[in-house]
Amino acid sequence: MSTPQPALDVHGLVKTFGSFRALDGLDLTVVPGEVHGFLGPNGAGKSTTIRVVLGLLRAGAGQVTLLGGDPWRDAAALHRRLAYVPGDVALWPHLTGGETIDLLARLHGGVDEQRRAELVERFELDPTKRGRSYSKGNRQKVALVAALAADVELLVLDEPTSGLDPLMEATFTECVRERREQGCAVLLSSHILAEVEHLADRVSIIRNGRTVESGTLDDLRHLTRTSVQAELAGDPPALAGVPGIHDLEVDGHRVVCEVDTPALDGLLRALTSVGVTSLVCQPPTLEELFLRHYGDAVPATPSPPGATS
Amino acid sequence: MSAVGTLVRAHLRRDRWALPAWWVAGTLLYCTQAVSIDGLYATQAELDQAAAAMEGNAAFVAMAGPARALDTVGGQVAWQSTAYGVVLAGLMSTMLVVRHTRGEEESGRDELVRAAAVPRRAPLVAAMVVATLANVVLGVLVAASLASYGLALADSAALGVGLALAGLLLATVALLAAQVFSTGRAVWGATGAVIGAAFALRAVGDVAENGLSWLSPIGWYQAMHAFSGLRWWPAALLVLAAVPVAAGAVAAFERRDIGSGLRAASPGPARGGRSLSGPLGLTWRLQRPAVVGWTLGLLLTGLAYGTIGDSARELIGESSQALFGGGDDLVAGYYGTTAVMLALIAGGFTVSSALRAKGEEESGRGELLLAQPLARGRWLGAHVAATVAGSVAVVVAAWLGVFVGYAVVTGEAGDAAHYAAPTLVQVVPLLVLAGVAALGHALGGRASALGWAVLAWSVVVLLFGEAWRVPGWAQGLSPYDHLPLAPAEAYAWGPVVGLLVVAALAWAASYVVLCRRDLG
Ligand SMILES: Nc1ncnc2c1ncn2[C@@H]1O[C@H](COP(=O)(O)OP(=O)(O)OP(=O)(O)O)[C@@H](O)[C@H]1O
Ligand SMILES: [Mg+2]
Repeated sequence: MSTPQPALDVHGLVKTFGSFRALDGLDLTVVPGEVHGFLGPNGAGKSTTIRVVLGLLRAGAGQVTLLGGDPWRDAAALHRRLAYVPGDVALWPHLTGGETIDLLARLHGGVDEQRRAELVERFELDPTKRGRSYSKGNRQKVALVAALAADVELLVLDEPTSGLDPLMEATFTECVRERREQGCAVLLSSHILAEVEHLADRVSIIRNGRTVESGTLDDLRHLTRTSVQAELAGDPPALAGVPGIHDLEVDGHRVVCEVDTPALDGLLRALTSVGVTSLVCQPPTLEELFLRHYGDAVPATPSPPGATS
Repeated sequence: MSAVGTLVRAHLRRDRWALPAWWVAGTLLYCTQAVSIDGLYATQAELDQAAAAMEGNAAFVAMAGPARALDTVGGQVAWQSTAYGVVLAGLMSTMLVVRHTRGEEESGRDELVRAAAVPRRAPLVAAMVVATLANVVLGVLVAASLASYGLALADSAALGVGLALAGLLLATVALLAAQVFSTGRAVWGATGAVIGAAFALRAVGDVAENGLSWLSPIGWYQAMHAFSGLRWWPAALLVLAAVPVAAGAVAAFERRDIGSGLRAASPGPARGGRSLSGPLGLTWRLQRPAVVGWTLGLLLTGLAYGTIGDSARELIGESSQALFGGGDDLVAGYYGTTAVMLALIAGGFTVSSALRAKGEEESGRGELLLAQPLARGRWLGAHVAATVAGSVAVVVAAWLGVFVGYAVVTGEAGDAAHYAAPTLVQVVPLLVLAGVAALGHALGGRASALGWAVLAWSVVVLLFGEAWRVPGWAQGLSPYDHLPLAPAEAYAWGPVVGLLVVAALAWAASYVVLCRRDLG
């Protein structure tokens, strides 16, 4: 066997709320030992996917295999092998953070005293405060400590850093890396590309309930464009309309454009054939790809121009 | 436009469905009495005869108020409606105050409002303006409906004014509680306890005629003697009492931090105790304060009803003794009805306890919990266990109260046991109520109000079932309607078993539904 059995395998997942299709044929695979970034704009369906994966929501269609089992049928048994941090952590108002962590750990089969103590210290959490008096970030820390202290094969983290300060974010990154070293699979949903670039081995970008890109960061970089600014020795070659070249601006001997990675070679040859006096190439960033998927909102049914009500 | 004005308008918009519902319910409570008395008794002679019987019945006096001028339509309306009118106005006021003060703070929306340029006290003032408006409209509607029915204008007005003032007084109580306590649930608990105490004090005071009614706002309202020699000065008591309570609320508001109660949240243990290791431990921890509060409340209420002893017998005039077949039966009837009343109050605990699972689910804590290795069935089971245990505790406390109260006053422990015993049996309808509430939660959506709806219907059936001639099958929808009225009637096991089966079926159905639906 060359590839290990995936910790999570989602195929063609559909979830509807009434007539609204929140998930519409979503695919997602997370393998042990990887951090899988799960990106998508607000309302794309990240949290909904995670809830289906946890067996809290029932799938409409498609297959979901969680740690080799069916999350709807065997939820409780499978949950022993995973830990979850919700996007919006709600705590019991009268229970202290320490009590909550212990409760969740005991439901998981017991408290790992050493790990618990270490995590409480690293996240600088005051465990004696009541749930209702914690700030958003501190509520998240409570859930994070509980999840990271558990001895599990899969961590499911829904925007785990949205309330953390930069210092705590660094601590979080460190902790997740450690868990990955130990062979744990991590599903990390996020809006913050930098965090995902930092941590993730592979990413899936979803939009309107569908997976639009998936692969390693290098794969994805390949999909992005390099921006090129050149001063030429003579008149620029005819570049307009060449496939792979976008946003072309020509101003005398100056050329500015964006180029798809496969067309880069052809562009450079064309430029050097004229003679290049100066050249600035900006490497491809995921940011751009990311914003491209976030930005061009393609409505499901495009409305004719001028059809405003 | 001032900040208060803006807030009031926003509140009224949010309450645009709830307020008319309260107003309609309150107006119906009064004017249907007038209509039903006229419908029930064709001649004055019939009304006279019924009035004589009612006057002597301690159970009726405990449920409604001092019997005055019961041989007139107006007297009947004042007698049957005023106590429940105040309860209704109090619940409306509590809902409004909680929703617009503590509820807003709990949800964090209050911070948004305060971040805008709003005077510090504006949210407080706006909530009181809305509560005042709601009570004034209720009072006007009650007065207008009675007057237009043809009852004396001044007395009709007095019923409306007294109701509005009592509702307003209870609004200030809720406002004070909303400053002292940090959760809406606790505010409801505190105000509910005050309303309950007001009712129990006047019940005991009216039956035992020992002046206790003068400690109750309901007593002051009824002391206005509408339709039986109207006097206005007791209304002043309602106003005089509201002033220090409102002042206390403002003082407490000035001393506390936004978002917390009068007492700042104290730090707690850094580690979970051994009991906090599973769903049962957690549910018990969550429900403990409510169980303790309600247990104490019902112990006191039971004690109050018990200390009436057998003065029920003395209320009966010579003439009407024959009607009831002797004084002993009347005492038995009184304690039978008391048992149902206590169980209806306890129903408030049972339904709110059964709906804790719903609160957990809606808050998102259920999601956190059920993403742990915890099956839905076990989670639900823990909540059912807490509800059952809590209901038993509450009923036993009520029983103990009646027993001790009666025994202390009369010195007859044997009789005390005899009269208190039916209270214990009343745990059975509570279990049905718990099952129905759990099923409502499982079904979700509108059905989640099922538990409260059945409890409210049960109250209607007990108070008005006969007067409104509600058909038998509809009365049967009340789980309280199936047990014999022991000790006046013989105990029967059949209905007990039947109700237990219904409760078990409801729980089973809620389990099946909950395990098959989406969570959250
Ligand atoms: N219980 C529900 N009923 C109806 N619609 C829902 C429900 N839960 C989610 N949705 C809808 O499904 C869509 C996906 O929501 P989801 O919470 O999964 O988005 P998300 O990707 O997590 O967004 P965000 O980044 O804002 O957290 C949204 O349009 C949301 O309104
Ligand atoms: Mg989300």
